[in-house]
Amino acid sequence: MSTDPTDPVVDEGPAWWDHEAGPVVRPYMVTGGRVRPKTTDFDLITYVVATASLAADTPSPEHQSILAFTQEPRALAELASRVDLPLGVVRVLLCDLLQDGLIARYDPPSTDHLPNVDTLQAVIHGLRAL
Amino acid sequence: MDSVRSDHAPVPQALKILVAGGFGAGKTTLVGAVSEISPLRTEEVLTTAGVGTDDTTGVSTKTTTTVAMDFGRITINPHLVLYLFGTPGQNRFWFLWDELATGALGAVVLADTRRLADSFAAIDYFEQRGTPFVIAVNCFDSEQRYTVEQVREALDVDGHVPVLLCDARDRISVKNVLITLVEHVLTMVKAAVPA
Repeated sequence: MSTDPTDPVVDEGPAWWDHEAGPVVRPYMVTGGRVRPKTTDFDLITYVVATASLAADTPSPEHQSILAFTQEPRALAELASRVDLPLGVVRVLLCDLLQDGLIARYDPPSTDHLPNVDTLQAVIHGLRAL
Repeated sequence: MDSVRSDHAPVPQALKILVAGGFGAGKTTLVGAVSEISPLRTEEVLTTAGVGTDDTTGVSTKTTTTVAMDFGRITINPHLVLYLFGTPGQNRFWFLWDELATGALGAVVLADTRRLADSFAAIDYFEQRGTPFVIAVNCFDSEQRYTVEQVREALDVDGHVPVLLCDARDRISVKNVLITLVEHVLTMVKAAVPA
């Protein structure tokens, strides 16, 4: 067993890391080598929010970190930065959590159109007030 | 599951603005000047099968490259949040630009007059994509070597694209750049949808 012995999360399911992980965990080690998310990609500003409390069982400590940080809504870029994992890795882990129903995602509006006039004016006013 | 919750805070609408420019043009400085958080860094790891590397151990057959993107955040109001993303400077990461540019409100091309040519790639990219952009000429040393007109001419951009001088370290100056960009977008949106 090569997981951090100090981590309180006890794994119940089949553990992909239950073999020689080596001294260095490569970025995609935490995804079990999976590099492509299963569902539609998350944009950098897709918001993610946990729908489960911290008590929920997660497949790994990394999943748990994501769950902890998304108790409030967080944009993907910020989430990846705070949990200190590459974006691609976080996307894969988010797909796991989504499948398990532990998070919800809120995508930015359609990318085909620029924001409407009201939104743009709100941004301008907001910037002026900074 | 006994732990479902549905009481989380409201999710704001997020908007993206890109900050492009050559290496060392001051992108992260600009982001940091207006961001409410210290610029954060997010990374993408690219893995390719190693060919011809001088790895003699025989252990590693892959090379990984990490591409970093620095970004900041401005909360406009509880319902609206602006994210500023500095684009990776190296041209070989164009595919990451696509991801960044998708759905972006617009872009700031930060130009360094000592290396104006560094801005060409970004300008071409946003022109081709139809992403609204402004050109902000970063005056590092408070010395204006060129006028806005000279820069516009040197960069050969359309007359409707705003070109302005700025100091990427100065909050007010950067604020002004962002306002100019959003006003530019507003003009385009109004032109596209007659009232």
